[in-house]
Amino acid sequence: MSKILIIADHDGVALNGATAKAVACAASIDGAQIDIAVFAESAAGIAAEAAALDSVTRVISVENVANKNLIAAVLAPQVVAISDGYSHVFGLSSTFGKDLMPRVAALLGVNQISDVMTVESPYVFKRPIYAGNAVLTVEAPTDQTVIATVRTASYRAVGSSNSAPIEVIDVAADLPSHTRFVELQAGSSDRPDLQSASNVVSGGRALASTENFDLIYALADKLGAAVGATRAAVDAGYIANEFQIGQTGKIIAPDLYIAIGISGAIQHLTGIKDAGTIVAINKDEEAPIFEVADIGLVGDLFSIVPELTDALG
Amino acid sequence: MEKILVGLKRVVDYNIRVRVNSDGSGVETAGVKMSINPFDEIALEEALRIKERGDANEVIVISIGSSDCQQQLRTGLAMGADRAILVTTDEDTDSLTRARALLEIVNNESPGLVILGKQAIDDDNNQTGQMLAALWDRPQATSASTIELSGDTARVIREVDVGLETIEVDLPAVLTVDLRLNEPRYVKLPDIMKAKKKQLDEIALGDLGITAAPEIKAVLFEPPAEREKGVIVDDVHGLVTALNEKGLL
Repeated sequence: MSKILIIADHDGVALNGATAKAVACAASIDGAQIDIAVFAESAAGIAAEAAALDSVTRVISVENVANKNLIAAVLAPQVVAISDGYSHVFGLSSTFGKDLMPRVAALLGVNQISDVMTVESPYVFKRPIYAGNAVLTVEAPTDQTVIATVRTASYRAVGSSNSAPIEVIDVAADLPSHTRFVELQAGSSDRPDLQSASNVVSGGRALASTENFDLIYALADKLGAAVGATRAAVDAGYIANEFQIGQTGKIIAPDLYIAIGISGAIQHLTGIKDAGTIVAINKDEEAPIFEVADIGLVGDLFSIVPELTDALG
Repeated sequence: MEKILVGLKRVVDYNIRVRVNSDGSGVETAGVKMSINPFDEIALEEALRIKERGDANEVIVISIGSSDCQQQLRTGLAMGADRAILVTTDEDTDSLTRARALLEIVNNESPGLVILGKQAIDDDNNQTGQMLAALWDRPQATSASTIELSGDTARVIREVDVGLETIEVDLPAVLTVDLRLNEPRYVKLPDIMKAKKKQLDEIALGDLGITAAPEIKAVLFEPPAEREKGVIVDDVHGLVTALNEKGLL
């Protein structure tokens, strides 16, 4: 039987909702026993949220002042210390999971499967490669711990009607002091979170300035949507890095994605191909975004977007 | 510091739309343009800038793969790297194998920094730097968008999901770089000529005591599911109507 440990993603206060999607991935392995580990300075609140997730058997809470800022080099030996007996250890394909899990894998002397999008069997998985231009089926050896990150955009979050037991444990591991947290500059926004929002309005290079992104914000606010952007728009400084969608940014799966002034580079499309409905507004009718759009509107975004915002009352 | 080691992976050029081959055993690479992984180019640019500021004496580029990787190493030398190491193998290597090979080179060269791209655009794994740091028992700073050195430490701003995280690491350390760290320089023709005379050493992966033999098997390559062709509407009214029909407003 598969015994799966999921490393919770959190901000020190609340559980990252995408953790519930990693649980859904684990739960797609038949008969799996699923535990969640919470590493934090103060873990009680986060552990309680994790314990509420359906399909979870047990939550392991590891409190340590050294776990305050989720430094991969500090966490990896602790994950290894509690990984004994698990057939699988999963993280999220978040920047936290991507930083931590390969370090865990190397300490265990095994490889990692990144970005699991489908579970075929306990040891066979599908994952995207080449910016989503190909899907690779991989088979992990059955005599090693499977270390993987879950492409959370491929899964629907499990519900929160559970009350799994929470075990608080001490982990004995030598923790390094060679890596120190300095500060986190987090964007403050009243808008929905990009990775969990049902609706996303996104702007590309054609917006041409930071000020013009106000058109995107106005439409997003009308729709109760999160805001996203292409690499080109972020590189140009129109919007901060945390809004970037694509191969090297965030992978999202909203019900509605509105792409404004976005040509549709393959590196961007890989971040949105799981969206329910894609709307494209672009003046170039040849733009590749129209090849994936469910609804396309060819025209000048600077007249269309204000008109659309008004039309939504 | 004395040395910086930079990894250069040979990958299908980022402008190529990759296609799965007919029997699902891989992607088409015959006649396809190959380049340095774009993230690795950024890693090399950063190493060169650190050297040009006087904070390092030598930049060594390293690649792991077939003798074809010489092309990418020569490009790295033309950009300004001082010498190159090619760890040769005709087998596919996974991230852990590459990290183990890099560790052997690190143990030989004792660099103050190893700088790698945060991910390769072929397998999109984002693993090797973290694995090397673990095996080496040294700090890692991944997805770097700013790197500042002072004495025996590096202060690195990382691009993370919620914004920008700053961490400080003791050297030696492994840094992996993100897109906005710098803009790599173009190679000039005279530099290409000069690069031909620079030192490029080859060592077989087996001679480092490492066997390739990937443990995770690639079973099948498939094209991704296509989205169905959509509709083009004429105006905002048509768009609102179409969204209403789908129950999205």
